[in-house]
Amino acid sequence: MHLPDLRADFPLLTRTVRNGKDLVYLDSGATSQRPQAVLDAVRDFEERHNGAVARGAHLLAEEATGLFEAARSSVATLVGASFDEIVWTENATAAINLVASGIGNASAGIGGEEAALFRIGPGDEICVTETEHHANLVPWQQLAIRTGATLRWIPVDDLGRLILDDLDTLVTERTKVLAFTHVSNVTGVISPVATLVARAKAVGALTVLDACQSVPHLPVDVKDLDVDFAAFSGHKMLGPTGIGALYGRKDLLDALPPSIFGGGAVTVVSMDSTAWHEAPTRFEAGTQPVAQAVGMGAAAEYLMELGMESVEAHEREIGHLLRQGVAEIPGVRLLGPVGSADERDVIGLAAFVVDGVHPHDVGQLLDDRGVAVRVGHHCAQPLHRRFGVTGSTRASAHVYTTPADAEAFLSALAEVPAFFGVSV
Amino acid sequence: MSSLEQMYQQVIMDHARAGHGRGLKDPGLIHVGESHQVNTTCGDEIRLRVGLDGDTVSSVSWEGQGCSISQASVSVLSELVEGESLATAEETMEAFRELMQSKGEPLDDDREDLLGDATAFVGVGKYPARIKCAMLGWSAFKDAVIRAGKDQA
Repeated sequence: MHLPDLRADFPLLTRTVRNGKDLVYLDSGATSQRPQAVLDAVRDFEERHNGAVARGAHLLAEEATGLFEAARSSVATLVGASFDEIVWTENATAAINLVASGIGNASAGIGGEEAALFRIGPGDEICVTETEHHANLVPWQQLAIRTGATLRWIPVDDLGRLILDDLDTLVTERTKVLAFTHVSNVTGVISPVATLVARAKAVGALTVLDACQSVPHLPVDVKDLDVDFAAFSGHKMLGPTGIGALYGRKDLLDALPPSIFGGGAVTVVSMDSTAWHEAPTRFEAGTQPVAQAVGMGAAAEYLMELGMESVEAHEREIGHLLRQGVAEIPGVRLLGPVGSADERDVIGLAAFVVDGVHPHDVGQLLDDRGVAVRVGHHCAQPLHRRFGVTGSTRASAHVYTTPADAEAFLSALAEVPAFFGVSV
Repeated sequence: MSSLEQMYQQVIMDHARAGHGRGLKDPGLIHVGESHQVNTTCGDEIRLRVGLDGDTVSSVSWEGQGCSISQASVSVLSELVEGESLATAEETMEAFRELMQSKGEPLDDDREDLLGDATAFVGVGKYPARIKCAMLGWSAFKDAVIRAGKDQA
């Protein structure tokens, strides 16, 4: 394996479930567990350093501000950004909404001439893909409704891979935003970022990357990828809930109007106008989830210490075990390609359908065997519709997932058809 | 019997397969109510139609798809309440709701008599995430009855 067994770093993984069974945690795509280093960082902040960030003149305020900004730098380093290109958000959903609402506000005249480059309206287009999580579909769909722009999307093939044949007619001079996921949360398929970004740049469209399923699992360098914005959450990358981050190119962040207005984000306020701070401060009105940000910074440090190349190699290997194992079980249909164990095509997870057995029932039997998986549509209804199903069951890995976890899951899954009286 | 086996008792598996009441019927009555319910966590849907003849639930039919718990539950419901008085149907509905909140403990004999095959769902109460599945058809029934009543007025 490319990583040592890390289970000892994750206190939760030592607990038992359902009548004393060992926990086999394969729901990291929904939320990951946190290592001791993250738990300690949060606790240490709460016990020793809590103070008002960027507001006080006392020692605690200084320490809290220092830790808050150091965490921002850690997250920036993880994704290859400059510290002032990382905006704290509540989660990735909030990060994407920050961009979509900012564009909406710019279109309504907020932010003045410096925000004019974001304006969209009737005749303009926003392009997404059929594989998106609702968080990277609904904000754009609603922005289109709000501004009169048209929403278009790149379709996927039977294995959930983007069909790029018509890319040049889907992404044109009319396209103002191209929003797409880096890694599908259902199939694990990695998007052809370079191709998409090149096309967007050729037509002058902004690119927004949903990096929720990539930043925790593979090396991501936003400058190499050359995207304009990227969103990811803390809790999927071994950090706490309630915190996420938006990467944005500095010149764009400094021009994008905020959509949460309030104190701390402004320079001069009069009764009839407001001037905003430079980014990232302009987007961080109100008191921030400071301990959570510190935790996310610690998670970034933990991942960097493991080395993202090793993390990727590990998850590629585990992901392949999961997908190949699932595909080999009679009566079970894998969603997406089996892929390869060493190519950069698909990673870290396996979603599948058991013929004649509803995902909820599949998940229930697995749960009884101590295996935690996700069931349902995974917030990707259009993709499931494309596959001709309402929902699926998903097993997803992280740095702490072992081959033994994959085996335990696969042997429990093999019991499912017979338990529910389906002959295969 | 393990908790899992208790939840997936044979009577539940049989109902899930049988699907009593499946296929929307035209009750041929004036007082008809229909309800569409969605379980947002999994996307399961049900459309259930009720026909009232005075105070009698004379017709229950539905279409939809879902897990074995939700399918078995609406099948049992259809068998239980069709042909019963509205008052009995409402009592049954209330007993089923209590069964779901009993955390796996059986109810008293009176209510178990009322519930018949539906007592088999006692194991679902141990799994809070599945109560919604079991309630999907019942929620649709409750709503459809109200709509049938509005139809009346």
